[in-house]
Amino acid sequence: MEHIYRSLVAIVGERGVSNRPEELWYYSRDPGVLEPHRPDFVVTPKTTEQVRDIVLLARKEKIPLVPMGNGMALTGLVIPLKGGIVLDMKRMNRILEVNEMGRYAVVEGGTSQGMLKAYLKDHHPRLRHSLPDAPPTTTIAANVSLHGQGRLTQQYGFNSDMVTGLEVVLPTGEVCLIGSPSLGPYWFSKGPTLPDLSGLFLGWLGTTGIITKVGLKLYPNKKFRDVELFVTDRVELVPSILYKLTHLEMLEDINVWFQPRPLLFKDNYHITLYFTGDTVEEVEFKRHMVWDALQEFMESKDGGFMALDYLKDTLLEMPQRGVAAFADVPRGGGFEYSGPITLIEHYPAYAAKVVELAHKYDVLYASSARLISGGHSMMFSISFAFNRADPAMMGRVKAALDEATAFALDMGGIPWKPNHFEQRLTLERLNPNTRELMRRIKMCLDPDGIMNPGNWEVNEYETSA
Amino acid sequence: MALQFNENLCLTCPTVDCLEKCQYLAFGPGEAAQEMRKLIQGEDCRLLTECRTCYACEEYCRRGNHPFYLISERREEKGIYTAPRPITRQWYNMTAMQGKPLIGAVGERALSLCFIPLLGELGRGKLFEEVEAASVFGPEFMCPAVHSHFAKMSVIKERLPQVIANFVKLGVKEVICLHDECYGTFTSIAPAYGIEVPFTPVYYMDYLLTRLDELKDAIRPLGIKVAYQRPCSNRLIPQKHRLVREILDRIGAVLMERTYQDEQALCCGEIIRTIAGWRLADDIQGRNLEDMVQSGAEYCVFNCPACQTTLSAKVRAKGLKPVHLIDLCKMALGEKTKED
Amino acid sequence: MKRVHEIEHADIVHRCFRCGYCKFPEDYVDFNCPSYRAFGWDTYSPGGRMWLIRAWMNGELTTTPHLAEILYSCAACDNCKEQCVFPRFKDYLPEIFQEAKAEMVTEGLVPPKVRDYFKAVAVNGNPYKLPQAERGKWAQGLGLPVFSDQEYLFYVGCVGSYDEVGQKMARSVGKLLMDLGLSVGILGDREHCDGNEVRVMGETGLFTALAEENVIQFKALGVKKIVTLDPHALNTFRRDYPRFRGDFEVRHFSEVLADRLAEGEPVLKGWKVRVTFHDPCYLGRHNGIYDAPRRVLQAIPGLELIEMRRNRKNAFCCGGGGGNFFTDILGGGEDAPARVRLREALDTGAEILVVACPQCYKMLDDALKAEGKEEVMEVIDLAEAVRRAG
Repeated sequence: MEHIYRSLVAIVGERGVSNRPEELWYYSRDPGVLEPHRPDFVVTPKTTEQVRDIVLLARKEKIPLVPMGNGMALTGLVIPLKGGIVLDMKRMNRILEVNEMGRYAVVEGGTSQGMLKAYLKDHHPRLRHSLPDAPPTTTIAANVSLHGQGRLTQQYGFNSDMVTGLEVVLPTGEVCLIGSPSLGPYWFSKGPTLPDLSGLFLGWLGTTGIITKVGLKLYPNKKFRDVELFVTDRVELVPSILYKLTHLEMLEDINVWFQPRPLLFKDNYHITLYFTGDTVEEVEFKRHMVWDALQEFMESKDGGFMALDYLKDTLLEMPQRGVAAFADVPRGGGFEYSGPITLIEHYPAYAAKVVELAHKYDVLYASSARLISGGHSMMFSISFAFNRADPAMMGRVKAALDEATAFALDMGGIPWKPNHFEQRLTLERLNPNTRELMRRIKMCLDPDGIMNPGNWEVNEYETSA
Repeated sequence: MALQFNENLCLTCPTVDCLEKCQYLAFGPGEAAQEMRKLIQGEDCRLLTECRTCYACEEYCRRGNHPFYLISERREEKGIYTAPRPITRQWYNMTAMQGKPLIGAVGERALSLCFIPLLGELGRGKLFEEVEAASVFGPEFMCPAVHSHFAKMSVIKERLPQVIANFVKLGVKEVICLHDECYGTFTSIAPAYGIEVPFTPVYYMDYLLTRLDELKDAIRPLGIKVAYQRPCSNRLIPQKHRLVREILDRIGAVLMERTYQDEQALCCGEIIRTIAGWRLADDIQGRNLEDMVQSGAEYCVFNCPACQTTLSAKVRAKGLKPVHLIDLCKMALGEKTKED
Repeated sequence: MKRVHEIEHADIVHRCFRCGYCKFPEDYVDFNCPSYRAFGWDTYSPGGRMWLIRAWMNGELTTTPHLAEILYSCAACDNCKEQCVFPRFKDYLPEIFQEAKAEMVTEGLVPPKVRDYFKAVAVNGNPYKLPQAERGKWAQGLGLPVFSDQEYLFYVGCVGSYDEVGQKMARSVGKLLMDLGLSVGILGDREHCDGNEVRVMGETGLFTALAEENVIQFKALGVKKIVTLDPHALNTFRRDYPRFRGDFEVRHFSEVLADRLAEGEPVLKGWKVRVTFHDPCYLGRHNGIYDAPRRVLQAIPGLELIEMRRNRKNAFCCGGGGGNFFTDILGGGEDAPARVRLREALDTGAEILVVACPQCYKMLDDALKAEGKEEVMEVIDLAEAVRRAG
């Protein structure tokens, strides 16, 4: 291993490599509930060339490679299941370009959500990007590669749908440009109207290559942003409410959430809807349209809008700091969630499942769903908080989440950023030809099996006849 | 615990002012009296679905009856909601006693901050230096009057005795109420239900007048023109409405005459928005604010933190400065500046 | 589970979510944790440090030179405390780091430079290993009286007493306080180390001795009010010394200056210049004093104050705190916090960078030289700015 260490030092310098116990311990785990696995090295590359050289070294030495952003996916996707080299991408954090007219940005593979937000606010205040509620230290590349979502997902789709091009280091060492950048200097398309090769990297959880640059769509940043909060106690009405709201085609984001505490929220389902405008008139018009759309529920007294004087500032925060603060509810610094993608009509069934699991496993729950692309689907998050000093509680949370994923699959949903157990469950149920296609792609791109092994292990399944 | 409503007093009323003066319902000849009769007798009537809970009929009734409380009782008997059911539940849940109130150094007097954080800021400074330390805060001390908006008199009947008992446990003889709703709860709702209040509620405006007199040498007249936003809860204690002018006179603020003042005052409209929708609420607020502007006022003076939270941004957008009456007094004493 | 290492707040260490809010300022414009910015490893961020402390307490990690370096690379700037999203946990972050260091001190396994620092302070009374007798040399020829019964004790501290740049600032501030007619006296060679850094670096025994000694001395001399040169001294006198019955009215010189200027003295002719100001952590985030130095600058006719991108509670630390001024664990190089901060100052287009702390002064002045930008900008202290405007 010493020669590998020397080789890594030659690539990234002394300060860019560590095989010391402290870094190995820290980077062997994430803040979720899964077991740690120790890497052999951790590196912090600064350039694409360094990443390429690391990949070539890993290929030569047959060492696993695990790329990492900030590790806040919480489902163990940055845990080196088979050891090897963890690449902490966060030193590659430059914002390379913002094309104002084309409304896209090009950032490096470790650029954080927060820094892009601040940069746009300072230099391009008419533009914004789809910011998730994850901590602002999370990276854009990791978020898109996991099909993450953000504030603009209800309008424009998954954050991965907003990719406008990629630079990827393949597991075989080639640096590859994907989309319009493969033909010229502009980053306006991740594929169309060429064959969309971005699909070879998005959603693969780091098993088909390392993203070193991302092009990302930016959207108009309006002067005003406001929020309303609709409350109902009849979960079966939620799909209809959402259908009416999405029919308006006017809303930025729609979240549906419920939690037992604080008491203010007990026994109700809350629908936060965000809307923007460049004038007060525009915002007020949208507000009135929203109210009128839900008039029937108010007349039947089944739902109403909550006065938001004290909550508004918190709801309008981007990212919402309270999302991370949920982790401290049991005074234990942790939470993890399963966030399957499903139809909005399944909301009541999922909501019932959350409560059932919380009671069964004696864990604290919260749930927050986000609509995707005007309600074509939604991400339903089943979230459980745990006390990190209580391993038994962590075990129960893991069991509850496993059961949640199994339930989602039974309902015909798709798991989001599944951990390696959930990936196996998914692969087992996958259409065999689809699974075979995945296997061929993986074999082709990563013949040596060095990229984040233990994840999407399609090779474990027999090929179809 | 029943509402002590004198049916005969109501049925023999020649004017039916409670309904005839209503700002939201219009009645044909003789219809108002019929509505009251139906209400008393527990029949379905317009009041049950159209009353907007502005509390004004409690003032309009000159006979000391309680028309609004009766409307709320009947609504609850019939399972009629004003606000949507989940919003009603929210209010019930968020005002539930948790057993963790904040209690200061309470002696014979307590300064009640109810369960309104803004009152904590208001109840400070020279004006309150003698009582500031004796403040109490929390749902344990919260006047439950708000639930009358949601036709949940049962919640008031359940919680008010507990609130009173919590004060009694502290050994207080006087409770200074910084909010009309608190004072109205103890002096209007409690007696209406035969609930004894074994301490003396002190209305904060009475307290302010005493303090302003004590500090009169420190007062620098403000020389400003103000419009006054009268809250719904002041209708429960209409005898105290005149104190606003007295305080403004003491501090050199001119109360501008306007259409929606005194008995014609318009409430802030936010509960009405929840009950009856945005159109009516916007209409009320629009007329109210325009009236303030037309009066030539520079400031809009609030008596209630909820009205203030609701309307401040809209008041500002109209070019007036929102300020609470207590803060206006602090300005006159030099404790706050106009910029504050 | 029985812990291998115990600290006072051991029961809450596990609550860190390692979410990373602590790495950023309020608006996420750039990394705001000096050690994370310098080293780029998550282990050097507050969340990383917290997780490592948990592993170390549980025996999963042992005390190694690298772990010690990670702990002592913290500049104690309090940005993490400011930004952590857990309301009932954030206030304990600096305590936890200090307690872990104290445990390492007990083990005798601190980095060599930290050990040398403690030894120098314990033996020589200052980190420079210079004679006590020379402590007052900075004031020679200035005419500042020895403290007897003046209104204020002007407390200078080790950096102001012995470091060349610090001495320059001590003279600048001392002379101005005198010229303003303030009733001040100094201790000179009778002054002892205030101990702020000793405390932060975990040598609680030595700190207690220093604090007690200072309190006894100040009381014996009849000191009631102290004006400090160094915000580090301000911090420990205000927050720690009351524990040792040292209840003095303590102010930073910027506050005294601001008050005097508000009263109209001295009358300043003016200085037409573009200036930016660096908020010292111990003045700003630790003690909430942001306005006083700004009021001083804004009282100067013709002076244009341009704020750095990160200012006030979001200011980026110069990297001198936590003992790094002496131990230099954060090191040099273009990622050194002082150089990062200096570049931020240069971005404002200002000609002058004003400082209010002798440690920031030295750090940023050295950074200016390392960046090769002496022709573009000058670093001066707040009192010098007032003098140039006179």
